[in-house]
Amino acid sequence: MTDIVLNIDGKEVKAKAGMTVLEAAQQAGIYIPTLCHHEKLEAFGGCRLCMVEVESRGWTSYVVSCLYPVAKDIVVRTRSPKVDNIRKVLIEELLAHAPDAPELVKMAEEYGSDRNRFAREASFCVLCGLCVRYCDEVKQKNAVSFFDNGSVRQIAFVPEVAKKECWECQECFALCPTSYAQAAYLLTEALAFPGQRKTPAKSAKDLALKSRMIPITPVAM
Amino acid sequence: MCEKDIDGIIEKYRGQPSSLIHALVEIQHANHWLPREVMHRVAEALEVPFAQVMQIASFYKTFSLTPKGRHEVHVCTGMTCHLRGAAKLLAKVEEVTGLKAGETDAESKFTVETGACLGSCSIGPELIVDGKHYGRMTPEKAEAVLNSYE
Repeated sequence: MTDIVLNIDGKEVKAKAGMTVLEAAQQAGIYIPTLCHHEKLEAFGGCRLCMVEVESRGWTSYVVSCLYPVAKDIVVRTRSPKVDNIRKVLIEELLAHAPDAPELVKMAEEYGSDRNRFAREASFCVLCGLCVRYCDEVKQKNAVSFFDNGSVRQIAFVPEVAKKECWECQECFALCPTSYAQAAYLLTEALAFPGQRKTPAKSAKDLALKSRMIPITPVAM
Repeated sequence: MCEKDIDGIIEKYRGQPSSLIHALVEIQHANHWLPREVMHRVAEALEVPFAQVMQIASFYKTFSLTPKGRHEVHVCTGMTCHLRGAAKLLAKVEEVTGLKAGETDAESKFTVETGACLGSCSIGPELIVDGKHYGRMTPEKAEAVLNSYE
């Protein structure tokens, strides 16, 4: 496959067709901030923090680099006053939901976001979808999902699945930028199945019990 | 609504994950709401994770996750209907049914909802019962319309 050459921040970058601008930049060691991107997962385009300026055939547009495919002779600028301002406002909006999320606080410092610009509505979830997509695409358990739409959209664990799967996995907790996934799981557990989660110790006990059971053989009549 | 009808709908779409919304719409129309247990059966038959069924069912306004009445009463509260007296109409509907907007009575006869805009401004103020449009409603006429439903 032929390589596509594009310009990112003044640097000539080679990329394969079908790659996204974000992948090309990461491969060339150019940093673009992201929140909802994960290399194991399909691009989501939810957080919009990877917004970059793309100049193509004389036109400048603002696109999310995690979804924008590389093209020949485009000029990408990962930092420009307008891009910085877009990111600054996005971070301010997210901070209204998760005021103390470490990743956001760090980014806020870099882009000069005012964490008190918008009235706080602490839902603690920034809807990055990492937990939902990880559970679906990597673990294929679908224990956590989005519910509702618009301003009341939220993530929630499905008790029926979470009871069986989550305690032994917990892999989405580390992905969550705000620790809300963990909180949501524990809340679901407390409400729907307190003390009933499946743990390795419990499964071992069940297994031991099973092996001790005497198999029933049909009695000859 | 009996179990057999729901089972028939689910069987029709068995093994077709892409028909999830069609199946849910049909069940919603037949049963007026989506019980959790039915959604479990849909998930199993259509080979879709239960979480995704819930995601779809909670995303669209068409679907109801709580029981609804046999007759769905919509009062338009859009701009035009409002100017033509929708507030009085809604007050009358609430009085006749004894329900506030969004509520369902204990016998599950009526569910009252407001909506805007229902798309027939020229015949406002408007009342819709089970998809049938009643135009140029007055509180008196609305009472007669509602009383005609069993």
